[in-house]
Formats: sequence, C-alpha cells, structure tokens
Amino acid sequence: MSQFAINLMFVGASFALYIGIAIWARAGSTSEFYAAGRGVHPVTNGMATAADWMSAASFISMAGLIAFTGYDNSSFLMGWTGGYVLLALLLAPYLRKFGKFTVSEFIGDRFYSQTARIVAVICLIVASTTYVIGQMTGVGVAFGRFLEVSNTSGLLIGACVVFAYAVFGGMKGVTYTQVAQYCVLITAYTIPAIFISLQLTGTPIPALGLFGDHAASGEPLLMKLDALVKELGFNEYTAHHADTLNMVLFTLSLMIGTAGLPHVIMRFFTVPRVADARWSAGWTLIFIALLYLTAPAVGAMARLNITEMMWPNGGIDGGAVTVQQIEEEPRYDWMATWQKTGLLNWEDKNGDGKIQYYNDKNADLQAVAEEKGWEGNELVKFNRDILVLANPEIANLPSWVIGLVAAGGLAAALSTAAGLLLAISSAVSHDLIKGAINPAISEKNELLSARIAMAVAIAVATYLGLNPPGFAAQTVALAFGLAAASIFPALMMGIFSTKINNTGAVAGMLAGLSVTLLYIFLHKGWFFVPGTNSFTDADPLLGTIKSTSFGAIGALVNFAVAYIVASATKETPQEIKDLVESVRIPKGAGAAQDH
Amino acid sequence: MAENSSNSEYWSANVRIILISLVIWAVVSFGFGILLRPMLSGIAVGGTDLGFWFAQQGSILVFLALIFFYAWKMNKLDAEHGVEE
Repeated sequence: MSQFAINLMFVGASFALYIGIAIWARAGSTSEFYAAGRGVHPVTNGMATAADWMSAASFISMAGLIAFTGYDNSSFLMGWTGGYVLLALLLAPYLRKFGKFTVSEFIGDRFYSQTARIVAVICLIVASTTYVIGQMTGVGVAFGRFLEVSNTSGLLIGACVVFAYAVFGGMKGVTYTQVAQYCVLITAYTIPAIFISLQLTGTPIPALGLFGDHAASGEPLLMKLDALVKELGFNEYTAHHADTLNMVLFTLSLMIGTAGLPHVIMRFFTVPRVADARWSAGWTLIFIALLYLTAPAVGAMARLNITEMMWPNGGIDGGAVTVQQIEEEPRYDWMATWQKTGLLNWEDKNGDGKIQYYNDKNADLQAVAEEKGWEGNELVKFNRDILVLANPEIANLPSWVIGLVAAGGLAAALSTAAGLLLAISSAVSHDLIKGAINPAISEKNELLSARIAMAVAIAVATYLGLNPPGFAAQTVALAFGLAAASIFPALMMGIFSTKINNTGAVAGMLAGLSVTLLYIFLHKGWFFVPGTNSFTDADPLLGTIKSTSFGAIGALVNFAVAYIVASATKETPQEIKDLVESVRIPKGAGAAQDH
Repeated sequence: MAENSSNSEYWSANVRIILISLVIWAVVSFGFGILLRPMLSGIAVGGTDLGFWFAQQGSILVFLALIFFYAWKMNKLDAEHGVEE
C-alpha cells in the first residue's frame, strides 16, 4: 500500500471516530452546546481542554522552532505552560463562582457597562482572528503534505474543510469528541518520539533521552548536538544567544496571553464546583505537559538526525551528502516528497554534485567554504513548520507511524481552528449584533449573521495565511500578545481590585489593545499585509523588543491606564463591590446560568 | 459581622498563598530558566547545565506541582473557613 493510501486511511478513520462519537453523544443526552463541561469529571474535562488548547502551533510548529534555534526558543515551552498557573490561581475559581458563560459577560457585569462588554468582544475577535491565521498556516502545511500538493493548494483545500467542520457545528462542544481528539493527538506525537529516542539514546522516554547519552557515540546527546551544529557554523544548541530582555518579555506575554484567551477560560465556567475549577486546571496542564515535555526532545533529536543526514560521513571532513544519494537512496525519499509542497528545497550552487548544509552567514565558515569551493548553503529552504510532520520520515519509521502523525496534525489544527471560528461567530452574532446593535434580531437572522461572520473570518485568515506574518507558532504568539494586553488585565483587576471602575476598565482595555496592535502592525505590516511595515523584528522600534514580545508591555499599559483613569473618575458602586466580594468566596455557587 | 471578618481573613490567606506560589513560579521560569542561568552553569545535567533543564523541563514540572498544591491548599482553607460549597 502506498504511503498516500495509508495516510488517507488514518485521517479517514480518525475523522470517522470523531463524528461517530459526536452522533453517539448527541443521541445519549439533550445537553446543549454550552453545557458541554457540566457534570464531567475534572480529569475528562482536563483532557478535553488540552485538545482545545493544543493547536497547530503546539503540534506542528513548536518543536521545529525549538529544533532550529535551541535554548533561545524555550520561551514557547515555559510560556504556554506557565500561563496555566496564572489561570488556576488568579482566574478560574472566581470566574466559575461568577457563574456565567462568557468572558465578555463577566466583564460587562463586573464593570457594569455595556461599553465594557462590547470592547471585550472586540478584543476577543481581534485576538481570535490572529490566532486563526496561525492555524491556517499549519493547516496548509499539513494538507499540502498529506495530499501531496503545493502549500497554497493545501491551504485552500484545508480552509474548505475547516469551514465545513465548523459549520457542521456544535460537535466542537461535545466533550467526548475532544477527548478522542486528545488521544489521537498525543499518540501521534509521542509514538514517533519514542521510536526516535530509542534509536538515538536507547531510552523509551523522550524527555529522559534528551538528557541521556547518544548511543552511537557514547557522549551526552546535547553535547554531541552542540559540537555538530557548531562545526557547521550554527549557534550552539544549548547556549543562550538571544537578547535576554526580549526573551523574558516574550515568555511573559505567552503566559499572560494563555490566561487571557477566551476559548480556554470558557472551559472553566462550566465545571460543577469551584473546587473542580482548581483541579481541572491541574489536570489540563498534566495532559498538556505530556506533549510539552516531549517537544524539546523531538526538536533536539530531529535536528541531530537532519544534520547527520546532510553530512552522512561524520561531519565536514567526511563530505556532504550527494545529489545522487538524495535522489536514489530510500532514506532520502522524504526530501523529494516535501519538495513538492514548496517548503523544502536544495540547490547544488557550486555544481560539485553535493549538497553542503552550513551557516553561510558565519565568518569562520565562510573561510572554510572558500577553501573548499562552496558557494553558500545549499539546503536553501527548510520551513520550520514541516519538521514535526516530516520527522517520522526523516527517522525512517514505519508507514503507519507517518499516517498517524498526519491524522494527529490535522486533529490539532482543525479542532482549534473550528473552535476559534465558532467563538468568533458567536461573539459577532450574539454579543455584538444581538447584544448591542439590534436586540430585536430574529433567531434565523442571528444564525445567518453567525455563518456570515464565520465565512468572513476564514476568508480573511486564508488570505493572510497565504503570506503569513511568521511560522504558525509565531503568528499564534502574536494572538497571545493581543489577549495578554487586553483581556487578562481586565479580568484580574475585576477580581482582585474593587477600585477599578467602568471607565477605568474600558480605557485600560482600549489602551492595551491599541498600543499592542499598533506595535505589531508597525513590524508585521498593517493588517498583516506584507510590505506595509515600517520596522522589522530584526531591528525593532523599541530597543530589542520584538512584536511577539510586546503583549507583556501592552498588559502593563492596560493596568496603568485603568488605575489612573479609575482614580480620577467616579467610585465603583456598592452593589458591584458586593458582587466582587461574593465572587471571591466559593460558598453559594450555583450551576452556571444562561442569561 | 462575624461572617464578614472571617471572609476577609479567608481572602487575605488566599492572597498570601497566591503570592508565595507566584514567587516560586517566577523564580523557576524567569529566574533559573533565563536570568539566573549563568549562576547555575556549574551544575551539569545530561550534557548541559541546570538552567537549560529548568527552561525546557524543570519549570513545567514545578508549574504542575504548584497548581495541585494550590488546589489542595485552597480546598482545605475553604473547609476551615466554612466557605466551601
């Protein structure tokens, strides 16, 4: 059976499973979309939340970014897990006690202001749309490879599938479908990692293999990798090269953003009790950590494998891989397959029949290159986002593992993309149109406007996904910055301070969102249109602070503006102070209520 | 009144636990993982140093421990102050 047929079988079977569970769960209960998490054990809820949370950025993109940068990209690991501490300690139990269903409702009620609610909805739409662009990038890579077409065709086909999947509907809300998606996703991620860890280190647990010894040389794996990439003129894998201030701010932005993204917070509104909201956050992080502890091992081991494939005879002295080897040896087949997507390419610039992969920006290596007659790095394109999907092929693993990874990647990308589209469409139709613009709208027209909003969001995301502002995880990081600067401070101040009033909160959210959006657009182009940027992240406007790291500063602006404006305007009324008091005490929490 | 003063004691106990937890949260990630890494460079872990381990593995394990500690501690505190559901 061809690899294509095997991939199709795995992807098809996993989809049949999700749809089957959705139909079964529907028939078994009449519980509505919103009540998905109610009466569900914290462990099950944790697994479903983990599936909701881990998207194309975590599954497809993150390990590749770590692989090619090393230590400096540890921010993704710490940021996307550390946010759960903030969520569990600062938000989840109180929002559960509050007992409504959406973030914007909490903000609207706590700040006793329709304006605050609408501003929160706008923040939500901006952050979620940016998030979807990142997902579409991942969807394009996955479909491009899986259907063996170009990245662009893959993206367009993927967009249609995502749209159909999201319109198909409330399926997203069925907890057990997400549990199934989590199982597919985590199996697909860990099985190849276990195989590769066994091959390279003899340890079946990748997280231990990462700090273990390289079986072939007997040296510690990371030391071996450091030496190998250093010889080729790249930065040592474990060393700290990036700017420290930027790294701290980037990590902080990802953490705060995690605790400010509505689609994750929502999951904690509907657990049965306040105590469960606390436990649920812990279980969610356990299931997320299974992937996040494996990811750095995947990254380091893949980097080692790729580098050794390009220099199969033990480093520079043994000579580079030949074009003939790439074309003829089965273990190099993955290179031809990925070349079709346009995301991987090589070129024999100096015509010596070999492909030299090295850092041609490094002065030491330029000297070596001159001596040996190399004319620049010949592995001319290696998109970071292909690494995880290509990894099992690179390590020469059995075909069924490759099929499994295809199914896992699509599960991660589709579930999150569809979930975000649902969040955007309900924000537009329910909160914005019905809640503010036209309260008398008929149910039919409300549904229609939800569909239109979804179609517009996916069209925008697909268009921008063709020329994305970065790799999937980097684009998603921008969405986290926006959530960090707008939603998180409003929620936290709403719970921990009775001083912040309606005008303060609105001013804070608007200031945080606009200053962050401005900084991002200045560096990534206005509305992410390429070429309209005034600065680049290589040489940012403020010192060393890149646009992906600005969310932490935006959050600070939000806090400061809210505090100053609240001090100068009318005090919070007593009934709102009482509301805050009651949110702080678990006692008396009823079931979450629809409004 | 008695209930109110108990409630405010409960809240300040909660805020204290949160602050302690967040200090640990910041020390393992921003501290050991990034800013204090040079200080830990002498401690070797599997071919690299302790700071690298904290950045890629240790901090995640500590985050997990913190969330479970907080849930356990707060559920106990709820019962002590009679504010559990």
